[in-house]
Amino acid sequence: MANPLALYTHYVSISLRSQMQYRVSFLLGTLGQLFSTGVEFIGILALFDRFGSLNLWSLAEVAFFYGIVNVAFAVTDMLSRGFDHVGQLVRTGEFDRMLLRPRSTVLQLIGQEFTLRRLGRFGQGAGVLLWATLYLDIAWSPSVVALTVITVCCGACFFLGLFINIGTVSFWTTETLELMNVLTYGGIEASKYPLAIYHTWFRRFFTMVIPMGCVTYFPIVAILGRSDPLGTSLAFQYAAPLFGLLYFILSLFIWRLGLRHYRSTGS
Amino acid sequence: MPVPQILVDNIVKTFRIAQRRPGLWGALHGVLRREYRTIKALDRVSFELDPGELVGYIGPNGAGKSTTVKVLSGILVPDSGRCEIDGRIPWRNRIANAANIGVVFGQRTQLWWDLPVIESFDLLRDIYRIESVEYDRARDELAALMDLEPLYDVPVRQLSLGQRMRCDLAAALLHAPSVLFLDEPTIGLDAVSKLAVRDFIKRLNRDRGVTVVLTTHDMDDIEALCDRVMVIGHGRILSDSTLDDLRTRVTRERRLIIDLLDGGQTIEDPDVTFISRSGNRVHLQFDPDRVRTAALISRITAKYAIKDLFVENPPIEEIISRLYDEHELR
Repeated sequence: MANPLALYTHYVSISLRSQMQYRVSFLLGTLGQLFSTGVEFIGILALFDRFGSLNLWSLAEVAFFYGIVNVAFAVTDMLSRGFDHVGQLVRTGEFDRMLLRPRSTVLQLIGQEFTLRRLGRFGQGAGVLLWATLYLDIAWSPSVVALTVITVCCGACFFLGLFINIGTVSFWTTETLELMNVLTYGGIEASKYPLAIYHTWFRRFFTMVIPMGCVTYFPIVAILGRSDPLGTSLAFQYAAPLFGLLYFILSLFIWRLGLRHYRSTGS
Repeated sequence: MPVPQILVDNIVKTFRIAQRRPGLWGALHGVLRREYRTIKALDRVSFELDPGELVGYIGPNGAGKSTTVKVLSGILVPDSGRCEIDGRIPWRNRIANAANIGVVFGQRTQLWWDLPVIESFDLLRDIYRIESVEYDRARDELAALMDLEPLYDVPVRQLSLGQRMRCDLAAALLHAPSVLFLDEPTIGLDAVSKLAVRDFIKRLNRDRGVTVVLTTHDMDDIEALCDRVMVIGHGRILSDSTLDDLRTRVTRERRLIIDLLDGGQTIEDPDVTFISRSGNRVHLQFDPDRVRTAALISRITAKYAIKDLFVENPPIEEIISRLYDEHELR
């Protein structure tokens, strides 16, 4: 276990150094991210200014959802760029080079690019989260703190699973990627708001098909100390983030299927 | 009898290629119903290599050279057949096999484009899990052989092609592989770099006993390096022998090159055919089975005024191109 971690650290330091070669581009990129995600949140503020609350959810509560998801997503975003490029790597033959190295392809793809400029999103998410916790009256017991950390981690795992899925699909085709983006980015956008505000079919899709809702919505309800309008138990709310971990593991299995397909067809 | 290091036994690999029809309607048609064409990239390929061999693997584009290398390096799984390198099945033990082989593609670098050379080397140390002491020794040795130290701090994108190839060769050898696959290692290099690369490959094979499989279109590489040559075409091994055997089997003909004293002369003899002429130099061809070389030379020197004369084998390019023609390749 220590060895893959050491290699990953090496990958990260290399990635950082090559990004630092273009210092201005890095600074502008980070600021750009901070700005664009900031504008996004101002949009929410504007809506609340007009309507006061969202179906019984206060602005601070929605901000808490938004902050958790953005922090988790920013972590994933820093790790997962490689999976976005699988199609391109396959076309240029770079992917074959990864297979020529005595390491797992997943580790090499995660190590391929550590995108530091996503710190902008991370900073914005953390800021919104902090602001929300100041407004909200959360009972910070050890179990709630633990649940918050686990929610962020499992959320990141879940999102990483989604990006691995995108990479896997590009072993077969590069044409359906737009559709995949609807599911991933669309889903991530959707999970920035409490699941309870959505229509039933939409809710079901994002609980049962893609467990996006499980990973963030249910535990956050427990963290906020609310009773769930959807009527789930506290035990379920605590267990729900694990679906994110399970989804990640499932994605790794599907990735292996894709890899097998690639190695038998060579296309 | 020693066990072969590389065993390839009846490997078959077919690819399905989606057929596209031209035009917009064709594209729409392709979305609805794909039609596939299968091609046999490898059609019962078999060969064995002993440790320490240096083999040329040649064939026209699309003949199956790189598919073979991909199967041997564990990237591709063949449809059928057996293959082992040092007792490992490459596609089953991809990771163990990858640690035991080195692969260099002349057209692509495995180094990190934006990084100084030494940082790529250091990263490869961690990727291949090379012990620190071993790594330092291997790197210094390779650096001394190919004069790499001045390049350590240069970002890869700023290297010349020849410098980059030297670095790429070193990168593929840091983990001391016992087999090295080289895919066009001299492509695009200037004459000096070509010689340096060839010299290095030769020493590597001779001094360290590294088994080398050399894929190339440059017949000078083959002539300078390889005792044994395998020729592949249409996914089949067409010939597997020493270079000399290949030569005698494909063509027995020799070249007779004559420098005339008087450029106005034309040489006529029933046993020679004329090939070309430039200035006073005439290129002729004859079959040593039909006429003894000594007899032919004395006949011609008696009849014509000649300054100099020498006999040569036809260039390897011609031999190969004749072999391709025989099998209707190209």
